[in-house]
Formats: sequence, C-alpha cells, structure tokens
Amino acid sequence: MTDIFTKPELDRRTLLRRAAAVGLLATPAVGMLSACVGSSDDTKQEQATGTKSADNPLGIDPKAGVEIVIFNGGLGTAYATDVDTPLFNKKWPDAKITYSATEQISTVVQPRINAGNAPDMINNSGSNLMDMGAIVKAGQAADLTDLFAAPSLDIPGKTVADTLVPGAIEQGTYNGKPYAVNYSFTVFGLWYNKKLFEKNNWTPPTTWAEFTALCDKIKAAGITPFGYAGANASYYMVRAVMTSAAKIGTEQVLKDIDNLKPGAWQNDAIKQAAQAWGEIGNKYINKTFLGLKHTEVQLQQDQDKVAFYPCGSWLENEQAKDTPPGFEYAVCAYPSVTTSDKLPATAINAAAGEIYFAAAKGKNPQGGKEYLRTMLSKEAALGFTKLTKSLTVVAGASDGVTISPGLTSANDVLTKAGKDVFMGYLFDTWYKKLDDESRAAANDLMFKGGDAKKFCDRMEAASQAVAKDSSITKFTRS
Amino acid sequence: MRHGKYPFIIGFLVVPVALYTIFVVWAYIQAFYLSVYEWSGLGPLENFVGLGNFRKLWDDNLFWQSLRHNLFLLILLPLITIVIALVFAFLLNVGGGHRGGVTRGVWGSKAYRIIFFFPQLLALAIIAVIFGRVFGPDKSGMINGLFPDSWTPWLFLADERWAMACILIVLIWQAVGFYVVLFSAGMGSISTDIYEAAALDGASRVTLFFRITVPLLWSTIQVSWVYLGIAAFDAFALVNIMTVDRGGPNGASSVLSLMIYRNAFEFSQAGYASALGVVLFFLTLTFAALTLRVTRREAVEA
Repeated sequence: MTDIFTKPELDRRTLLRRAAAVGLLATPAVGMLSACVGSSDDTKQEQATGTKSADNPLGIDPKAGVEIVIFNGGLGTAYATDVDTPLFNKKWPDAKITYSATEQISTVVQPRINAGNAPDMINNSGSNLMDMGAIVKAGQAADLTDLFAAPSLDIPGKTVADTLVPGAIEQGTYNGKPYAVNYSFTVFGLWYNKKLFEKNNWTPPTTWAEFTALCDKIKAAGITPFGYAGANASYYMVRAVMTSAAKIGTEQVLKDIDNLKPGAWQNDAIKQAAQAWGEIGNKYINKTFLGLKHTEVQLQQDQDKVAFYPCGSWLENEQAKDTPPGFEYAVCAYPSVTTSDKLPATAINAAAGEIYFAAAKGKNPQGGKEYLRTMLSKEAALGFTKLTKSLTVVAGASDGVTISPGLTSANDVLTKAGKDVFMGYLFDTWYKKLDDESRAAANDLMFKGGDAKKFCDRMEAASQAVAKDSSITKFTRS
Repeated sequence: MRHGKYPFIIGFLVVPVALYTIFVVWAYIQAFYLSVYEWSGLGPLENFVGLGNFRKLWDDNLFWQSLRHNLFLLILLPLITIVIALVFAFLLNVGGGHRGGVTRGVWGSKAYRIIFFFPQLLALAIIAVIFGRVFGPDKSGMINGLFPDSWTPWLFLADERWAMACILIVLIWQAVGFYVVLFSAGMGSISTDIYEAAALDGASRVTLFFRITVPLLWSTIQVSWVYLGIAAFDAFALVNIMTVDRGGPNGASSVLSLMIYRNAFEFSQAGYASALGVVLFFLTLTFAALTLRVTRREAVEA
C-alpha cells in the first residue's frame, strides 16, 4: 500500500543518485549489508522505560530522548517538524526529539537496524522502503497492541483504536498482531477535471455502458478518454482492475489473491474485470503512454489531453504546481462492470498507507510508540491534512474544514459509499515479486491487445510460484 | 638504499590494499557466503540451502532473458564502440595526411577531440534521463518530434523488440569519447617515422590504418575490449532509469545487475541476489580471461 502513495513522489534526483550509487556497488553492496548481520542477535539494547499511569499509558521515560526518521517525499516533512514534534514536546518537554529525514529509508535505516542501533520511530515509505514483512519476521518492529489500546491523546473517552477508520489497524497487522501504523488515508477512483466535464455536459458514469458511451464522446472531442503511465505507474492500473473485480465479486476475491489461494486469479470476477478494462485499453488509451512516466501523463491530464486517470487522492497535491486555474480535480467511483455486480456502483476502494513503526530493539521503543500516539491525535491529524492535503486514518479529523476541491470530492465519494468501502489488497506489499508481475501483466493487458485470459493465467502462475517459494515469508488475512 | 626498499613499498601499498580488501574482496567473500543461504536481508542468517539459490536461478526465465541481454551487449558494445573510436581517433591523428613532415588529423580535429569527450563528462544517470527524452514514445520525444504530425510515433523503449537496442546506442554514445582519447594517446606514441616510411612506399590511408595503426595499438584495443565487456555486464543505471517498468516491457530490457538490485533491495531476497552476484562475478572473470587469451598476439614494439 505504501508504495502506492509514495512512488509517484519519487523525484528524479533521488532516483538518479541511488541509481548511480548502486550501479557501482551492486554486487559488493549485498555483502556490505551482511557485514552487520552477526551483531544483531547478540547485543541486548538497554531500553528506556518509565512508570505507567493514566497520564502516561505507555509508560515512557519522560526524560529519554526519542529518535525519529521521516521519509522526505511528496508529503514533505513539515507535518513532523511543525506539528507532531511540538505537540509531543508540549506533553513531554524533557524528552528530546532527535529528528532526521531521508529520501532513502532503506539505505539509511536498514544497516542501523541490523547493527542493533535502530531509530525509535521510523517512517518506512518511499520507493526505497524496507520490506515491512521481513522487518516483522526479524522481530525488529515493536508490537503496537498497547498503543492501540491506550486512550487517545485528545479525543476523550476513546482508545486510539476507536478513533481510527475501519480497516486502518488491519492494514498494519501481520499474522494477527499490529506492527505498523498506516497513517494517511487514500481514496482511489477515476480522477477528472470537474470544470472540463461541466463545460461539455459530461456526467461521471456509474455503469460500464455509460462509461464506454462517455469515452466515445470524449474521443470524438479529440481528448484521450483514459490513460495511465506504463513506464513507472502501471500499478495504478492494477488497482483499477482489482477494484473492478472486487465490485463484481466482493472483496473476498482480493482476499483470496492475497492468501495465494490456488485459482484466485482465475476467478470469474477477475476475468470479467480484465476483459472490460482490456477493451478500454484497446479502444480508448493512447498507445504511447506505455513509454511515459506518471508525471508526463498527469501533466497531459492537467492540459485536458486526457480525461480519466486512475489514481489515489494524493494526485491533487502532487500536481498542485502544474494545475492551471481552469482545472478542478474531482473523483468518481469506478463504474459497475456488470449489472449483477455484488457491490453497488458507489462502492470504493480506500486504504490506509504510509507506514510508521516503532523499532523493537531501539533505545526507546515506548517513546517511539508515544510519538505515534501523538500523531494519531485529532490535532496532529488535522495539521497533517492541512499541510499535505491528504486525509488521515483518524476518522473525521478534518470534517467541516474546507481544504481543497479534490479533497472535498474524495470526502463526498467516501460518504456516498457508506459502508461499501473496502481496503483492497496487500499482495503488492507482501510479495514484491507478484507486484512486479502484476505491473507487467497490466501493461500487456492494456497496451497489447486486452487478452484477459492471458492476464489471469500469467498472474495465476506467478502467484503459485510465490506460494511454492519457501524463501518468501507468507502472510494471510481474513 | 636497499634496506629502505620494503618499508617504502609497504608504505605505499598498505592503505589501498586495506581499502580494497575491506570494500571489495571482503564484500565478494560475503556475497559467496550469502549465496548459499536463504536470507531476506534482515535479521540473522539461518536457512542454509547449499546450492538451492543456484538451482532456482537455473529455473528462472528472467535470469536467462537477462543473461541474453547481457550477452547481446557484450558482443555488440565493445565491437561497435572500438570500431567507431578507432576510426575517429585515426581521423583525428593521422587522417589528415602529412604536411611538412608532420602527420596530422583532419581539419578541426582539436575541436572534435573535445566534443567527442563531452559525453564522458556527464554522469551516466544524467545521460539516461536525457536519452529518455530523446527516445520519448510520443511527439514530445526528440526523435519522434522531428517527424510530421501524421507520423505514428516509434515506441522505442516501450517496444519489446527495440528496448535493448536503445540501451546499446546510449552506451556506445557515452563510451566512444573516452576510447577516442585512449586510442589517440596510443597513436601519439607511434613514431611518425613509421607512417612516413609507409607513406613514401605509397601506402594509402586504409593501408596505414590496418597495417600500422591497428597492430601497434593492439594491446590498447585488447584492454579496451575487457573494459567495455565489463561495462556490458553492468548497464544498471541506464536500464534502471530509462526502461519501461524497469527492465520491461515484459523483461525485454532486464539485465543481471538490475536483477541483483531488485532481488536484494526490493524483493527481500538477498541470498538469491548474492547467488546472482556470484554468477556475474564468474561470468566477468571468464570473459576477461578469455578475451586476453584469445586476443593474444606477438607484441609489436613501436
């Protein structure tokens, strides 16, 4: 989930720097990593603790410092330095926060974890994020059960868990225990320019027939009806196909896929969804998009050259500087594929993302958790939304506050969906190899003829290969 | 004098050898060690699998595909680069014929020499971004932009058949300048007497090139071949930055170094990545040894 949020924000500079460095070091670097392996299990870190009380439910040492590492990406770092840290220090003035930010979480943090010198609270995000499943398996992430059971910092009478949107904790849960806070909350759908649609009298579709009819009209107006970037953002398309499949056959379809159930990818719901989208690819996409990057396609949308773009609610903020005055972002739910879809047309995929976790073997794990509790307060959540134009998992934290048209539209879609909001899938973070295959398969589907069966068979084979591979840690969900 | 020799030599060697041992040799030994484990890259080493990673490699289609791409580069990159560089270097140094007893390059050769070297000054990553635009698959791409509007744009990197060729072109473009300079330096050390003598005997420029320049430069060419071959085994930066879906579409531009990186740092398969690294190590070594063996000739003293 996390990479969905952060990959688009990966800026060129980061990529270049990393690429250049790795190009030189690829082989030796693997060895260098291991240089630290031996030390991790022997050393026992001395950890700061305090006395638990109503005011200090996590029992932190009020004088012990807390070290945090923030990913410096599309969300910026101001929310940490200007909102969270001051709020934390208001309550714990003697606990010194040591802050640092990086664009390369894995490069910076992974060696420290292996050396037994982990920072206390880590924002594991960006395209260079660490494999959260592997971290949990290695016992490096602190169990957050006590954090979620602790009272909320500023919503009286509720525990932290009570204040969160449904599914928020589930997403950071690995084999039954919560290890990560997925902080930001993203609404996925088809994004379009509200002003352009109003000008042309186009209404967002709710059925597939309406969708294709509208695409025909848009095409006639000389605009590419639908597009996504094949070069580096094909996982947006994967999400579109998966969302449609879930609407046809409920979220169970996706759960089976996550659980690597044999035949999960050959489910009729997936086939129908792939079929429908493949036809969109055949008729309405611009074939050159296969070679374009997300920034390029998004820019084309801002120039009204592309009508619909499948994306999450970070899009508006990401495009802020390129959005012309005549452009107003809005989102609609993916239209129903068949008339017998099990979920209504208003159903949407909305998910928590952007991982934060406390290191289990750091100097002050309780301090790290207390920092997370601060972030999950209503005040911090509102501050985050204002600064980043992203919703958070703290339910209703920004209700009644108008921030931007895209965010308002996302909130509307969320309200309309009511209980039909589903979290989606986790295979892309659990099994990166499968994620990789799904991207290539989606590109094939959308740009190379729309063969739904090939898509399903290929993914099924990849999924079973992962299931059989003993070196890959398996996860399950229900 | 003699008693001070060893401390003097050791004093010179100790720092570089120590650095080399720690950061190169030791890292390689670690890679060998890791390659027999199933290891995610985090936590302790537990699962000894022997040659299991290598067996998995044998069955991995992407591995063979990547290997084919590396071999494609290995054959074409040195060949084309050296031919182009030799021709340019010859033109720059000898191609202008000789006047007043001095052989010289074609007109403007000093300026060309600088221009040819420019690509070498740019970091590979920057070149990758620039060529990403040159090979843009729509009208905004530099090459496609040259054609009229009715033109159906070439997809370049988004076309499975041509993705690897695009990478090859960029690698050649980037490398040629350096080898022009290298060969120029080599040609500079060939005595002009030899050229003059040959010219007096009525040798044409083509004859000069094949009968004098190439044989006398042979050891330089040989070394270049090894360097370029090693570069062909890498190609990581370009593939990582330029290609569709990094190594795509459908693995059409995947190379071994990219596989290593992705397995180690993205798929949490550091053990498997190490096995790939070990294979790459032996491939590179074999290639270097083979090249030096096959191309061995009697050294010709200039």
